[in-house]
Amino acid sequence: MSQTTTSAAGQRPGGTRRAHRDTTSPIAGGVAAGLAVHLAVPVLWVRTFFVATALLGGFGLLLYAGLWMFLPSGQAFEVSAPGLESATRTGKRPGRRSRLRDAGPAVALGALFFGVVLGFEGIFGQGVLFWPVVLGVAGIALLWRQADEAQRERWVDSSGRIDPFRAVFGNGGWAAYTRIAAGLGLVLTALIVFAVVAGQARFAVPVLVAGLLGLLGLALVVGPWVVRLVDDLGAERAERVRTQERADMAAHLHDSVLQTLALIQKNSHDATTVARLARSQERDLRQWLFEADTADATTLAGALKEMAADVESQHPVVVDVVTVGDCDLDEALRPVVLAAREAVVNVAKHAGTRRADVFAETTPTAVDVFVRDRGAGFDADAVAPDRQGVRSSIVDRMVRHGGRADVRSAPGEGTEVRLHMPRSAHPTDQETR
Amino acid sequence: MTETTPGPTGPAGPVRVVLVDDHAMFRAGVRAELAASGAGVVEVVGEAADADAAVDVVHRLRPQVVLLDVHLPGGGGVEVMRRQPSHDTLYLALSVSDAAEDVIGTIRGGARGYVTKTITGPELVDAITRVAGGDAVFSPRLAGFVLDAFAGSIDVAAVDEDLDRLTEREREVMRLIARGYAYKEVAKELFISVKTVETHMSSVLRKLQLSSRHELTKWASDRRLL
Repeated sequence: MSQTTTSAAGQRPGGTRRAHRDTTSPIAGGVAAGLAVHLAVPVLWVRTFFVATALLGGFGLLLYAGLWMFLPSGQAFEVSAPGLESATRTGKRPGRRSRLRDAGPAVALGALFFGVVLGFEGIFGQGVLFWPVVLGVAGIALLWRQADEAQRERWVDSSGRIDPFRAVFGNGGWAAYTRIAAGLGLVLTALIVFAVVAGQARFAVPVLVAGLLGLLGLALVVGPWVVRLVDDLGAERAERVRTQERADMAAHLHDSVLQTLALIQKNSHDATTVARLARSQERDLRQWLFEADTADATTLAGALKEMAADVESQHPVVVDVVTVGDCDLDEALRPVVLAAREAVVNVAKHAGTRRADVFAETTPTAVDVFVRDRGAGFDADAVAPDRQGVRSSIVDRMVRHGGRADVRSAPGEGTEVRLHMPRSAHPTDQETR
Repeated sequence: MTETTPGPTGPAGPVRVVLVDDHAMFRAGVRAELAASGAGVVEVVGEAADADAAVDVVHRLRPQVVLLDVHLPGGGGVEVMRRQPSHDTLYLALSVSDAAEDVIGTIRGGARGYVTKTITGPELVDAITRVAGGDAVFSPRLAGFVLDAFAGSIDVAAVDEDLDRLTEREREVMRLIARGYAYKEVAKELFISVKTVETHMSSVLRKLQLSSRHELTKWASDRRLL
């Protein structure tokens, strides 16, 4: 089972932990969400902080805007298993859901904005500069928001080349066009309103100010890309390395699949071999496509999966491993894996069935492993005393290491081996990893 | 695992099934398998290769059960269920993907069960008739995911009125399913009737689909399902 653990801070292994904006769950710019992850506090606190400090002369708003500008957006390269990524890219999985489908945040932001406007008017009166500034700020905020969107979609895009159109509009869509149009419109309106309000009488100053505002607007419009270019370059380099790694792996798998198919063709008369080859290849691919990083045998689940693969390659049996919870595989748990292996091998050898189910459940106090088949079964009492397979390699092994094993079987009803190993009996559990 | 209850909403006779999968070869294989193992019990009445076609076919043919691939052009199997809130069509996810996020996502999207593509013909026929009869179908793997998703509540001593938690009995049923037990064997093991097992399974499915709080929510959001 996949243990998906993606954290914003985990992106640069070995590097310092840097704050990010979380662009996957933004209300405005994802600043609060990103900070909440960075500071490890609930996002509600951060949002409350911003709203509260916004009342202190707009300090919160300015802080938010500043952080929005200078914090790099995180979660850029969230890597999941290749099969899932590819399915997402080709639209075979449901995509990211927009948070703003729920009108709540929009209403709240609107109310906040309205409140700021009223507050500003209350304090300064309807000054000459007020409305142009408000409109300009709103427009610029919209443009920044679009820049975020475009930047993120460029990351998701696999083609890698930077298309100027895409750089601005992202994947397009009415939302992007509306944002750009509204943003530019607001900035322009701000300039016009300013000119009208200021009147034509005082000629020189308005022109100067308008020019400055225009320049400022332009700088802010281009700003997002310039400021983030440096970040993007580093990120793109990392992505390139990753792409190359993936290409190598794909090539490797290609080879292995082709080899297996060749073997299957050669052995097409031998159904058992064909089935075994197909099964081992299937497992190989499945693991790579959907399970990202559970292939290693350093955890109990990984070790059981590896054990199953190993037995499958030597015996004509299909072993399905289902695990709930997981823990590090230490010396205390190795006997469990070995006993489970013995049980699975017994299924392959004696049960007369092609299938074994392995279920492992890890709780803080114990590890339970069940190996079940629907094969011939046997009468436990009738087993000759000289047949020591089950006794010595399963039951005695478990008992020796502080656990226990039960074998339940009846002729015609299959067999189930239950292994139980308490974890609290090994307090050095955590230290010996 | 052999009794075939006709669906409460459907007419007697073979269960009408629509196959939704983007791989023509796989569809052909399943069709042949159902014809071989499910003659007279299950009848494939239509096929579709993407979400749009699936919505259309389901709308036209009104099958009792849709075998739904999880990875599907046009937004995945979830999209088909989202756009087809038909009351009398039930969905059984049939997936090659083992990824928890896909499986749980599809179940939460409204599927009545989930089986992997390596399932044998007779088992698939059985699963289809079960779904048609209104039951939930959990493969061992799905049962494992469910236990994992609800795992945090094992040690909670205080039983509160939260809908989300699995009862000890439901947990026990899930555990046995995950261990590879068939319904009948679960019933025998727990000294309850098959009907009771089915009731527990349906109740787990309902909690899985409805629950939006606590452990499941955390589990799901850790995997970016929400």
